[in-house]
Amino acid sequence: MESKNVEILIRKTSGWKMVDFGELYHYRDLLWFLTWRNIKVLYAQSIIGIGWAVLQPLFSMLVFTLVFGMFAKMNSDGVPYALFSFCALVPWSYFSNALLDSGNSLVSQADMLSKVYFPRLVLPLSSVLSKLVDLVIALGVLFGMMLIYQRLPTWQIIFLPLLIAIMTITAAGMGMFLTSLAIQYRDIKHAMNFIVQLLMYGAPVVYPTTIVPEWLQPYYAMNPMVGVIEGFRAALLGTREMPWVWIAIGATTSSIIFMGGLFLFRQQERVFADVA
Amino acid sequence: MSTIISVSNLSKAYRIGKKADRADSFIGMLQDSITAPFRNWKRMRTVDNVDRETEAELHFALRDVSFELGEGQVLGIIGRNGAGKSTLLKILSRITEPTDGTVRIRGRVASLLEVGTGFHPELSGRENVYLNGTILGMHKKEIDRKFDEIVEFSGVEKFLETPIKRYSSGMRVRLAFAVAAFLDPEILIIDEVLAVGDAAFQKKCTSRMGDIAKGGRTVLFVSHQIGLIQQLCTKGLYLTGGRVAEYGDIDQAIKTYNRSQSSESGGWTARSVGEAANECKLLDLQISNERSQRQGIIVLGGPVYFTFVFSKKVKTLDISFTIRDFAGNAISNLRSFSRSQDDLLDGDPSDTFECYIPECPLRTGRYSLDLVVHWGHDLQDRILGEITFDVEDGVYRGRTFPDPNAPGPVCIGHIWKIGSV
Repeated sequence: MESKNVEILIRKTSGWKMVDFGELYHYRDLLWFLTWRNIKVLYAQSIIGIGWAVLQPLFSMLVFTLVFGMFAKMNSDGVPYALFSFCALVPWSYFSNALLDSGNSLVSQADMLSKVYFPRLVLPLSSVLSKLVDLVIALGVLFGMMLIYQRLPTWQIIFLPLLIAIMTITAAGMGMFLTSLAIQYRDIKHAMNFIVQLLMYGAPVVYPTTIVPEWLQPYYAMNPMVGVIEGFRAALLGTREMPWVWIAIGATTSSIIFMGGLFLFRQQERVFADVA
Repeated sequence: MSTIISVSNLSKAYRIGKKADRADSFIGMLQDSITAPFRNWKRMRTVDNVDRETEAELHFALRDVSFELGEGQVLGIIGRNGAGKSTLLKILSRITEPTDGTVRIRGRVASLLEVGTGFHPELSGRENVYLNGTILGMHKKEIDRKFDEIVEFSGVEKFLETPIKRYSSGMRVRLAFAVAAFLDPEILIIDEVLAVGDAAFQKKCTSRMGDIAKGGRTVLFVSHQIGLIQQLCTKGLYLTGGRVAEYGDIDQAIKTYNRSQSSESGGWTARSVGEAANECKLLDLQISNERSQRQGIIVLGGPVYFTFVFSKKVKTLDISFTIRDFAGNAISNLRSFSRSQDDLLDGDPSDTFECYIPECPLRTGRYSLDLVVHWGHDLQDRILGEITFDVEDGVYRGRTFPDPNAPGPVCIGHIWKIGSV
């Protein structure tokens, strides 16, 4: 806090505002501590603790394997259905949890908004970042399962960080979008849960992409999670070639969502303290 | 001396919720529930947008406030509840935007509108120091450097690794204040967060604030404790109804403030006690010359009844209040904790407590109370300077005090004799 030459002008603002990267950088330690707090607090006073990060996708996988794999005899691109669905559930769980958590980030921390100034962006961003820990743990379990099924990942595993980045950016964008609306309209909070549940069927989590009609596929791939999940399967299970076209389409929508979320957030930011 | 803060024509308006028409029939109710989403949408969408509203629907929390503050000046902001003090601080802290007008600030600002923002009960004392510090805008390195001082100031060394949910509320507040006390900004904005904890810690806080004020920093400070403001501040801003009533020398501002306080007497009612269901909050306080009366004239030498009504029935409470004169000087502290044989405090649990002064020794004037309520060691409620009452001239132990300019706020009973006894 050294510089004496900073001059702050406070007045009513209107229209779109750019992100103040300098300020965000000044508060980088806050972003780090909030992220770390989210991780630490989430599993405090629970018996299984961080195990919950694993149980959630694991149980979904068991149910899906039973219902879709055994009862419905769903095609699973030639790999055991359990592995097929878990490989999708790992990224999907991250995405849905990061989305819900960042979507709620302003409402759940509303008391901070009216008492102290800091760049509000750190709240949804720290939510998205803290869920990465769960993702890493779930990936560990996935590798364990691959070991059991005696499957080796392909060399394309090096693209995983790229896929994770696309997913993180999408979750952050949608999270910023939803949370800046949720602080003013609490309906969003109620709607978010089931929307996320429905969204799962818009991505190839429980079914293979081969059952999606050919003509629909380019539109289908506009959901960034389509490219990400198929990318995960290509890299880890080798079910197909890396779907670069889908990934490119998804990355484009992802960037649009991110920019849209960011701008809406910045636009709404000025009233957060008044509506919180 | 250069200008550090310059505020010009600052206004902040909020929309007042209009009273909605209530349906009085079942059909009307059905119709209402269908159209409600549309109405809500319209209402919520415009909560912040005041451009197209007519003035009648707006409430101006601040209106045309202008002032300038130079480097190293310490400004005390005074005014009654709802005068716009907190709104002004929120705008200066960039928590909310003004509706109109501008503020120019040169230098880094830190604001303390609340102690312990972002404290998380599951985290340890050490972790919360870092979290709270970074929320207030410090870097990790900065906190590393000041960590030992912060901990020493707070006096919770032994419990640093304990989750703060196990702390008493006093410890929590002390730790929170300690973090804030070691912020090192050029401009400091403080709402009434001072003087927390027990008397010794209060003194520490006040002297730390004095150091900050004297250390060449520009400070803006809101408090109801006029005495403290007078002691710490050089300039005064007196707000009433969102407007500036007086800006200038601190003594001048306090004089205007005291003069304008109407002479109505006798009590206080809580604004809201919504949040703290498990705490024992003061709901109502009556100060009168008759038991359980709101109206009444308190005279020198006459009886005074303080009737406290709390939000919960309890068997014992540690009620402590300090009576202060108009300048904020403490006159005496009255406390239920130290028992007298005349006290009647061993009855059934109740939400009502009474404190009775048989002969009021206070001379003509306006007095204020600082009230602190504890239950065991846990702070239940704290109301500083908001409660006032007036005392009129009377007879104390058979003696009148006709000279209003005689020094001293209290009378002491005394008996004269002549000749050897």
